[in-house]
Amino acid sequence: MPQPVDIRLTVNGQAREGRCEPRKLLVDFLREELGLTGTHIGCEHGICGACTIFYNGEAARSCLMFAVQAEGAELITVEGLAKGEELHPMQQAFHEHHALQCGFCTPGMLIAALDYLKINPDPSEDEIREGISAVLCRCTGYVNIVKAVKAGAAAMRREAGQPDP
Amino acid sequence: MKPAKFDYYRPGTIDEAVVILERYEGDARVLAGGQSLVPMMNFRLATPAAIVDLNHIPRLSDIAAADGVVRIGAMARQRQIEFAPLVAERLPLLHEALRWVGHLPTRTRGTIGGSIANADPAAEIPMVLQVLGGEVVVRDLQGGRRIGAPDLFLGPLTTSLEPSEIITEVRFPVMPPGTAFAIEEFARRKGDFAIAAIAAVLVPEGERCRVARLATAGVGPVPVRLREAEAILEERGLGEAAVGAAAEKAAELVEPMSDHNASADYRRHLTGVLTRRAVLKAIKDHQHAATG
Amino acid sequence: MSEGRAPHIGRSLLRREDRRLLTGRGQFIADLELPRMLHAAFVRSPVAHARIRAVDLSVAAAVPGVALALGGAHLVQELPPLPDTQLSLPSKWTSHVEHEFHNPQQPGLAHDKVRHVGEAIAVIVAESRYAAEDAAALVSLDLDALPAVVSAEAALAPNAPLIHDHLRTNMFGAFSITKGNVNSAMAGAPHRLQRRFYHHRYAAMPIECRGVAALYEPRTDAITIWSATQVVHWVRREVAAILGMPEARVRCVALDVGGGFGVKGHVYPEDLVIPFLARRLGRPVRWIEDRHEHLLSAAHSRDQLHEVEAGFDDDGRILALRDKFILDCGAWNPIGGGVPYNTAAHLAGPYKIENLAVSARTAATNKVPNTAYRGAGRPEAVFAMERIIDLVAGELGLEPAEVRRRNMIRPDAMPYRAGILYRDGEPIVYDSGNYPAGLQQALDAIGGVEAFRRRQREMRREGRYLGLGIGCYVEGTGVGPFEGATVRIDPSGRVYVSSGASSQGQGMETIFAQIVADAWRVAPDDVVITLADTAAIPAGSGTFASRSTVTLSAAIHHASERVREKAFAIAGNLLECAPDDLELRDGGVGVVGVPGATVSLAKVAQAARPGWDHGRPPGIDAGLEETRYWEPQTVTWSYAAHAAIVDVDPETGRVAIDKYVIAHDCGVVVNPLLVEGQIAGGTAQGIGGVLLEELPYDSEGQLLAGSLADYLVPTAGDVPDMTMVHQHTPSPLNPLGVKGVGEGGAVAPPAAIANAICDALSPFGVEFNQTPIKPEQIVKAVRPARPSPRPSPRARGEGGTRAAGG
Repeated sequence: MPQPVDIRLTVNGQAREGRCEPRKLLVDFLREELGLTGTHIGCEHGICGACTIFYNGEAARSCLMFAVQAEGAELITVEGLAKGEELHPMQQAFHEHHALQCGFCTPGMLIAALDYLKINPDPSEDEIREGISAVLCRCTGYVNIVKAVKAGAAAMRREAGQPDP
Repeated sequence: MKPAKFDYYRPGTIDEAVVILERYEGDARVLAGGQSLVPMMNFRLATPAAIVDLNHIPRLSDIAAADGVVRIGAMARQRQIEFAPLVAERLPLLHEALRWVGHLPTRTRGTIGGSIANADPAAEIPMVLQVLGGEVVVRDLQGGRRIGAPDLFLGPLTTSLEPSEIITEVRFPVMPPGTAFAIEEFARRKGDFAIAAIAAVLVPEGERCRVARLATAGVGPVPVRLREAEAILEERGLGEAAVGAAAEKAAELVEPMSDHNASADYRRHLTGVLTRRAVLKAIKDHQHAATG
Repeated sequence: MSEGRAPHIGRSLLRREDRRLLTGRGQFIADLELPRMLHAAFVRSPVAHARIRAVDLSVAAAVPGVALALGGAHLVQELPPLPDTQLSLPSKWTSHVEHEFHNPQQPGLAHDKVRHVGEAIAVIVAESRYAAEDAAALVSLDLDALPAVVSAEAALAPNAPLIHDHLRTNMFGAFSITKGNVNSAMAGAPHRLQRRFYHHRYAAMPIECRGVAALYEPRTDAITIWSATQVVHWVRREVAAILGMPEARVRCVALDVGGGFGVKGHVYPEDLVIPFLARRLGRPVRWIEDRHEHLLSAAHSRDQLHEVEAGFDDDGRILALRDKFILDCGAWNPIGGGVPYNTAAHLAGPYKIENLAVSARTAATNKVPNTAYRGAGRPEAVFAMERIIDLVAGELGLEPAEVRRRNMIRPDAMPYRAGILYRDGEPIVYDSGNYPAGLQQALDAIGGVEAFRRRQREMRREGRYLGLGIGCYVEGTGVGPFEGATVRIDPSGRVYVSSGASSQGQGMETIFAQIVADAWRVAPDDVVITLADTAAIPAGSGTFASRSTVTLSAAIHHASERVREKAFAIAGNLLECAPDDLELRDGGVGVVGVPGATVSLAKVAQAARPGWDHGRPPGIDAGLEETRYWEPQTVTWSYAAHAAIVDVDPETGRVAIDKYVIAHDCGVVVNPLLVEGQIAGGTAQGIGGVLLEELPYDSEGQLLAGSLADYLVPTAGDVPDMTMVHQHTPSPLNPLGVKGVGEGGAVAPPAAIANAICDALSPFGVEFNQTPIKPEQIVKAVRPARPSPRPSPRARGEGGTRAAGG
């Protein structure tokens, strides 16, 4: 019988718990059981990337996971990027470069961009385009997102104490 | 679209997993990366009575090499494999192929075993298994067996796996140093499934070609080796005429399907074009590596 | 309160919307939680055309957690259908344009027939969406299949199966317009060419699907509806009418909306059904559309087939143009003749065409209904016209850019009377602009035509095929009938503005704060903008058709004038001077030339209040607020020239965009950063439309694109970088001189890219006169022909090479 399951996990650095059916998608669990509505649903077939979150430090599509799979996991959602009122450098870069319009893909885009920078911290524009092609945006035409990711990456490298080339 | 209800199991060992599969007599599905299964479940195109989650079984994602064979646990994530130095060194074709598989976030979860068991005709990993002559290690209640690539893929989304068999490991012969290789893929957008793809693995010897391996994705119900095209290269070498002839032969050999993405005719045409390009790229990269 | 530092108009202020959207604190319809809320799922038709014999809901209704299962047969007894059109054409139009309309009225749920795959037949309301879908899967449908009509031409053929039996026709509408004398001009033209152009079916595909929630309050017998809509006042109007409630008891609000682009720009059956269910059940009900549903039931667009004949002279001047087109409208026609008439009105574009005849028919088919999507009929017109220009150039051995120059209306001919009516019933007058300069800017930005031709020749020698394509258009923006603004000065001194306009990402909270800040000499932070709420203003039109900046800025201007008069009267009273000696400055009102003599807006607002010991002079009544509805006489005309360089691989058919430039003019620009964002987004959609996106149907009316795996929205890897250059010819038709820009980007790319591909492949003598242009089609087109080393002169007929120009 698909009895509800208890789930304990860490989200944005906080211990959280909830209870749901095994079939409940992780994105729905985050949004409904945990009240974290910043992660959005655009397709539920793993294509649009709006639901992208950090799962144990790597970006994953939360519409393609069941909540039960996140037992014991450490998740970061868009709500966990800023430090209080201080925006993450990538959020700040998106703001300064007008890299969002309706904002619906933005949480997924931020996480996918940050994930890509983990494997390629100083990407070229073409590499950025490839990296963010994991998330669909219908409003911006990507032009400003590419600029924002480049600027955000540079800001992050400066924060990490790496010299600019 | 939300999935239908199912019983959920999180076995701690493969043996436990296999027992559950047997019990459900084909109405249970194994959950590996979920990148293929969960969309189907969200569409309610797949409505298994039970899900057997393999993600908590230890030691299923190790990557090791011994005796000329690279052994990759079936639950190794595509992302993990992409960044494994051992793979880059001993199986550079697989390393290269992974760049074409979906996007980084799908590779975070997607597994090598899952991709192979799913057997999408347009997927890159089954093509690599075919071209490198790999095999899978499979476990069931009775014990286990090994299935080589040619015997594994039967048709679109169909393998010779029984419903209660689970892939535990994927094995590839190490690519000898000095092997030339390339993948040429045509998809509508990068990261999409291949409309046509060719993997080429060559062992050049001057102008001659000691060994040639060519395999396909997207141009038939299963990934296939293009043996007659390989023979042309092995007999006639790697000059322009021979490569052209091998490409033409490759186009003749495939039996592509037509669908609303692309016609059979077009896929056949691409097979020829991509075979030529893959062989030329393999040679070119090999020369650069040799001189660079 | 901070100081104002005008002007803010023209500055690239960063958006105030961003913080909440960047930190996951936006509120989209799916984020709305209401106490005891229930969730709806619709049962949708699996077949394209059938009589509904029976819908058995009994098993579904018995599923635990289900509150209600309702079918069309029951609903039709309780609710009237939607009206036959939601976007009416004014009497100025209907009395002057030859037309006929036969529009059906769509019910909330299908009850007699299903008319497209995806049409809603029943609705389940349950404790969760999961449970509702479980129940929906248990509904059994007894449908008598009917033959499916899947092409507009077939729909209009005699003896075609009827989609709406009572209409006795599959022709939803037809109209024709003429200018001059096409027959004689065509007969006398030295050259003629004829082509068919097909602009295929694709759609807006916002990342957020639709969604509606409703809450019924028994205490006040009132309903609140939250909908991801562009038109809150339309929803309020239709729901009130259909539920039999006064409009004052129905409130519609749009929260944050994740992209609209037109697909959320009319009232859908779900907008009626959900409020009905909320009232019936006495609990809030919410429905969130999923992507599969969206593909099968949210409006599609484009899908026009044109037969065009052009007569021209030896210099490439177009003497006569005839266009007969059919629009495949799908099973319903919610917004009537708006889109096809846009096509007709925009066909001639920036060109002087003295003899024009356009006739259109809108056909019903068994497909998803067709309404407006970014461009709304203009991309189809521009595709036909811009391809014709290139074909004329090819016939005569001229550069396409030169043929454009020869036909373009010159700046000294502005304002230019086009000789036909706009859909607002007014004669079209291109009010301002310099079309040849815009074209030249685009060509300069692309590096110049001659330099390109040199590069093209070089590349061809290496077996590479580069092509240059141009797409020019004009766009009527800021259409009526009206938009309203309420401007109020609050006792805190802040300026409150509310309007029926709504944002789906355009940044309206920011740009209208800029406009109001300049009008009132306050800081943008001291402006509060309320949009998309029928409770905030009695009447509104909504956001579509590139109209909100134009219409709302004018409404704000006129409302502000009235409030200012009053504010000056009151301030004069407080400062003991004449109102004529006053000016707005630094968040207050002050005496001209006397820096210290100021009173803050807060003080003025407080003095304006009703009550004893108020500060108003005699004759001035209380309150510092005004609502004005601006009814534009007609539209104001933006324009642009797009130019693209493509690199076509004839072996695989892949098209890479090497360079893309946009030369754009939308008059006075309020926020350059946001304007460029609109252009980029529209352009990406246009590129997706011509190269990737498709909504194909099979012969049984099954939609072959059921997911985003099939419907290929462009990714960052598919969209090039873009260069934008601007002209600013202010509009003479509104106080700020602004023109609309929301749609433009999507209008030209199909034409520019198609022209570029044809130019690239000119050695092969191929033409592409339909969209999408897919790699397989390119390979098929070039394979039989071997490229000739030197292009040969063109033969008459369908194919043929272009002679090299320049």
